[in-house]
Amino acid sequence: MSVFLEGIAWLFSPDRLSGPNPLPERLAEHLGYTLLALVIAAVIAVPLGYLIGHTGRGRDLAVGLSGAARALPSLGLLFVLTLLVGIGDAPVAATIVFVVLGIPPILAGAYAGFESVDRRVVDAARSVGMTPLQVALRVEAPLGLPLLIAGVRSAALQIVSTAVLAAYVNLGGLGIYLQRGIQLRSYDEMIGGAIVVVLLAFAIDGFFALLQRLCTPAGVRVAGGAAQTTRGRRHRRPATPRGAAQ
Amino acid sequence: MTAVSTRRRLMRAGAAAVALATAVTLTACGTSDSLSGGGESTASSSGAITIGSQDYYSNEIIAEIYAQALEDSGQTVERSFRIGQRDVYMEALTSGEIQLIPDYTGNLLQFYDADTELRSSEEVAAALPDALPDGISALEAAPAQDADSYNVSAEFSSANGITSLTDLADYDGTLTVGGNAELESRPYGPDGLKELYGVDVDFAAIGDSGGPLTKQAILDDDIQLGDIYSADPDLAGGDFVTLDDPENLLLAQNVVPVVDDAVADRVTDVLAPVNAALTTDELIALNAASVNDQKDAATIATDWLTSKGLLG
Repeated sequence: MSVFLEGIAWLFSPDRLSGPNPLPERLAEHLGYTLLALVIAAVIAVPLGYLIGHTGRGRDLAVGLSGAARALPSLGLLFVLTLLVGIGDAPVAATIVFVVLGIPPILAGAYAGFESVDRRVVDAARSVGMTPLQVALRVEAPLGLPLLIAGVRSAALQIVSTAVLAAYVNLGGLGIYLQRGIQLRSYDEMIGGAIVVVLLAFAIDGFFALLQRLCTPAGVRVAGGAAQTTRGRRHRRPATPRGAAQ
Repeated sequence: MTAVSTRRRLMRAGAAAVALATAVTLTACGTSDSLSGGGESTASSSGAITIGSQDYYSNEIIAEIYAQALEDSGQTVERSFRIGQRDVYMEALTSGEIQLIPDYTGNLLQFYDADTELRSSEEVAAALPDALPDGISALEAAPAQDADSYNVSAEFSSANGITSLTDLADYDGTLTVGGNAELESRPYGPDGLKELYGVDVDFAAIGDSGGPLTKQAILDDDIQLGDIYSADPDLAGGDFVTLDDPENLLLAQNVVPVVDDAVADRVTDVLAPVNAALTTDELIALNAASVNDQKDAATIATDWLTSKGLLG
C-alpha cells in the first residue's frame, strides 16, 4: 500500500512540472498519439465496416483480417517498422502500430451496427422510396451508431494502453515513467505513471460510455428500455413477434 | 535515403530477427536443467559445484567456459544456467543453491553499494571484497569488460576527428545521446558527460538497450552517440567507433567469477588462467559466435578453451 501512496506523492510533487519529463507534456503526447490513431483508424474502418454491413459482403474476409491484425505483437511491429523508417520518423511507425490496433474493433462495431438493424425497418425504408444510400445513411447508420461507438470505445482503450510503447522509440508519452521506473527501481515513478495511464483510460472509457448513451436514437431507447445499447437485447425484443409469426 | 543506407537498414532488420531467434533458442536450451542439482552439494570439499548464470546469452557462454574448465580439472559440475538477474542469483549464491557464477564487477559493486563513486577497473575490483556478503568472494577479474560505452559512427568519427569523449567538447553542432530511458538519470548519462567532459547533449530515449534501433539511429545520424554494451559483436564490424573514456565516466564492468568460499580453493587455480585469457576482444568473438554463427554455448566454450590450450 505504501508504494501506492509514494506513487500518489510522486504524482503531486511540484517536480512533475519541470525536469526532462514534465507530466503535462508527456500526458499531452500520450493523448495526442491516442486521438490521432483513433481518428485515422475510424476514417479507414467506418466506411469499410458500413460497406460490409450494408452489402453483407466481405464479412468473412474482414473478420479474418481483423483477427490476424489483433494477433500482431505491437512492440515487435513497432521495432520492425521503426527500423525500416528510421528513428527520426518513429511517429509514423508508432501511428501505424496504433492504427492497426484500432481498426478491428471499429470495423466490427461498424458492420455489427448495420447488421443489428431489424431487416423489416430496412424494408420499410425501401418501400417508402429511399435510395440505398439513404437507407444506409438515414436508417442503418443512426440505428447502428451505439454499436459503432462501442467499437470506437474498445479501440480507444486498446490504443491508450498500448501507447506506453511510444517511449521505446523516443516519442515520450506516459510509458517513459514506466520504463525509467523499472530500470532505476524508482517504484514511486513507475506507480505514479501507471496511475495516470489508468485514470486516462477511465476518463476515455467514461466519455465514450456517455457518448454511447447519447447516440442511442430516442425511438430505439423508448421502444427497448434503458439497456438498448447491448447487442443481445436489441435482437431479442423484435425477434419475439417475428418468431411467433412463423 | 540512399540505396546503401536502405540495404544497411534491411540487414539490420535481419540481424535483429536473428538475434531474437538466438535469444529464444538459448533460453529454451538453458531452462532444461535449471532447477536440478542445487542445494545438495553445499559446502562440501568433494561434491559437485553448481554453476549459475545470468539470463543473458553472453553470461551463459562464460559460465559454460568455467564449467568445462572445471570438468577438465576433474571436478564434478552441475549447471543451473539462466536463473535470472542479480537479486535472484545472489540470493541463490548466499543460500548455497549455486556455488559459482560469472558477474560484472561494476554492477556487482553497485548492487551492494548503490552510492559508490568508484569507476575504474582497479578501484572497483579492490572495493569488492568488503562490499560482498560474508561467505562470498570475488576471484581475480578477467580483463574482459561488458560495460556501457558511448559509440559514434565511423563516418562521424573520421569527419570530426572524434575518438574520445574528451574530443566532444570541441564539436560545434548539436549532440544527441541515445540510450534506454533511464540513462537520462544515471550518473554516467548526460549529467556525467557535462560534469566530466564539459559536453552539453540532448537525450533520446531508445529502449532497446543498445540494440538494432540504437545502432541504426547512430548510422542515420538521428543520434550522434549511442550507449551500447562494449562486448556487442556489431561494435567490431567497423561501422562504429567506441569513444575512449579517460576520465572513467563509465563504471568498469570486468567479468569476475563470484564464488561460495567453501569451494573457492577448488576453483581459483583452475579459473585463473581462463580469466587471464578472456579479454574484451575474445568476449566479443565469443558473442559473435552466438549471435552471428548461431552456435550453442557448449560448442562455443569448447572451441574457445581448445584454441587457448586450456583443455586437457
